[in-house]
Amino acid sequence: MPALQELETAYSKAKKDRLFQKELKHLQETYIGRPTPLYFAKRLTKHLGGAKIYLKREDLAHTGAHKINNALGQALLAKKMGKKRLIAETGAGQHGVATATGAALVGLECEIYMGSEDIQRQSLNVFRMKLLGANVNEVNIGSRTLKDAINEALRDWTTNVRTTHYVMGTVFGPHPFPMMVRDFQSIIGREAKKQILRTEGRLPDYLIACVGGGSNAMGLFYEFLNDDVKMLGVEAGGRGIETGEHAARFAGGSMGVFQGCKSYLLQDNDGNVLGTHSVSAGLDYASIGPEHPYLRDMERVQYTYATDSEALSAFELLSETEGIIPALESAHAVAETVRLAPKLSKNKIIIVNLSGRGDKDVQQVARIKGIEL
Amino acid sequence: MSRIEDTFRRLKAENKKAFIPYIMAGDPNLEKTMEYVLMLSKCGADIIELGVPFSDPLADGPTIQRAAERALKAGVTLKKIIPFVKKLRTHTQIPIVLMTYYNPVFKYGERLFIKDAVDAGIDGVIVPDMPPEEADSLIKLSRESDLSTIFLVAPTSTKERIKKVVPSCSGFVYYVSITGITGSKLSLDETFKVHINTVKKSTDKPVAVGFGVSTPDDAKRISQIADGVIVGSAIVKKFYEHPSGAKKFIHELREAI
Repeated sequence: MPALQELETAYSKAKKDRLFQKELKHLQETYIGRPTPLYFAKRLTKHLGGAKIYLKREDLAHTGAHKINNALGQALLAKKMGKKRLIAETGAGQHGVATATGAALVGLECEIYMGSEDIQRQSLNVFRMKLLGANVNEVNIGSRTLKDAINEALRDWTTNVRTTHYVMGTVFGPHPFPMMVRDFQSIIGREAKKQILRTEGRLPDYLIACVGGGSNAMGLFYEFLNDDVKMLGVEAGGRGIETGEHAARFAGGSMGVFQGCKSYLLQDNDGNVLGTHSVSAGLDYASIGPEHPYLRDMERVQYTYATDSEALSAFELLSETEGIIPALESAHAVAETVRLAPKLSKNKIIIVNLSGRGDKDVQQVARIKGIEL
Repeated sequence: MSRIEDTFRRLKAENKKAFIPYIMAGDPNLEKTMEYVLMLSKCGADIIELGVPFSDPLADGPTIQRAAERALKAGVTLKKIIPFVKKLRTHTQIPIVLMTYYNPVFKYGERLFIKDAVDAGIDGVIVPDMPPEEADSLIKLSRESDLSTIFLVAPTSTKERIKKVVPSCSGFVYYVSITGITGSKLSLDETFKVHINTVKKSTDKPVAVGFGVSTPDDAKRISQIADGVIVGSAIVKKFYEHPSGAKKFIHELREAI
């Protein structure tokens, strides 16, 4: 608790600190490469034959995903707090890479926790983290995926709390993490709003984003919450809800308390956390950031899911029609777009958050397709 | 007066310290757990801390995590542990404190859990992932039913924090001897002694120390400053790896405290 209170105080100070904000903005522009483009996907739009589809190109942010927006913000904050060391969990490896990058940039030690299952399917990102000077710890207990990596990172944090800042990678965990991570990510929506107003002269009709912990979705949605814009969050349907092998918390979970917050959780009748499955490591997680159930219960955001095979088809479709290989996570948002766009008239506008690029996933996709590289 | 308070009062009168062993319920099954509790009680344990297995035991090190995995594999959950304690009560009246993460309690239903726990003869509950700030209803319902709520004070706890946590405790205060997880290495330096004295001075409630106490020597040194010594991982490990040597180890711990 004292560590969380210390963090909350430091964060609310930094929020008002003009120097901190100036430095953050400078790095967002010169280091991350913001603003990221809002790209009109002409051929995909034509192919689907319905609404106009825009892609918010977070895949073009430095390190290849939206994760850097948050990791860089927290790295700066940690430095300001006088911490010597950053730790983080990672699923797909994107947040690990982003944290390792942030640590290298501001000059802090870095330790990443990653489930052994994920290390196998994301070996490229593991090597990237090492190149960036981080230590990657294999987590070999539990389901050996993201949730276990978070457990291990939290254990490290309790042990080394005096010197260490825990860079939570998503809008999850105890307060102030969900709020702080959302704030750092909300630049996505702020930019997208300006960009669509400039290009189209009006707000979009739909926003679509994939939801693991839910940070890229919160980042895009937040700025539009008070506008007349429909929003869709897409969870990982894995091998289908009926098989039990998925990570669709709304479709298959119930309220629980886990890793420091109260939210939807995939759990059994005794409150033990269930194993999850998704082709995408970044969505393979048993719970969801607490602001999402809030938005769902007030009927502001709708949640749906895409299965592994739908995501894989979308992965290929976007690659072929637009020359953009999306992360498997983002491919879930594209899959929902494939379903929705043809049902809408041509004057409707959809913005899809392309939260990350798919280079990290090509080996795994090849493996799934039975192709030897 | 609760069984826990009774125990500490009796010990104080005898100028003794409490020996509080922790074992994981259902590791490897509940029959064995019954046997272990009775053995511990016979060997001079004063209070038993009974772990409830959970899929994601955040505050625990590898020894207890693995024990939880084994217990879950054996199908042991909170719903089975409560009637198990009821059965245990026909054999022993030793105070029993459950250590459970919050989600199993949440899923069970807080009110129902407290009612069933008290009916079964459970004396107290430790919820390591529940800070007192979030525990208003748990504390209130427990007070009404005479279930002790034991919260954790850490070496990083400030004076303000201690003031917040200690009044929420009933039965005893759980002082975590290290910043870290169960089963980590203990270091008993001067700062530790000063800090634990701050806690003791702030309250009349007994203060028991746990996390990282692994040898009779550790236990001895802790017992010189605290009112009770909690030994978890080392005992869990012993029961798992060398069950035949467990009794001797328990005796040594008891002697040391």
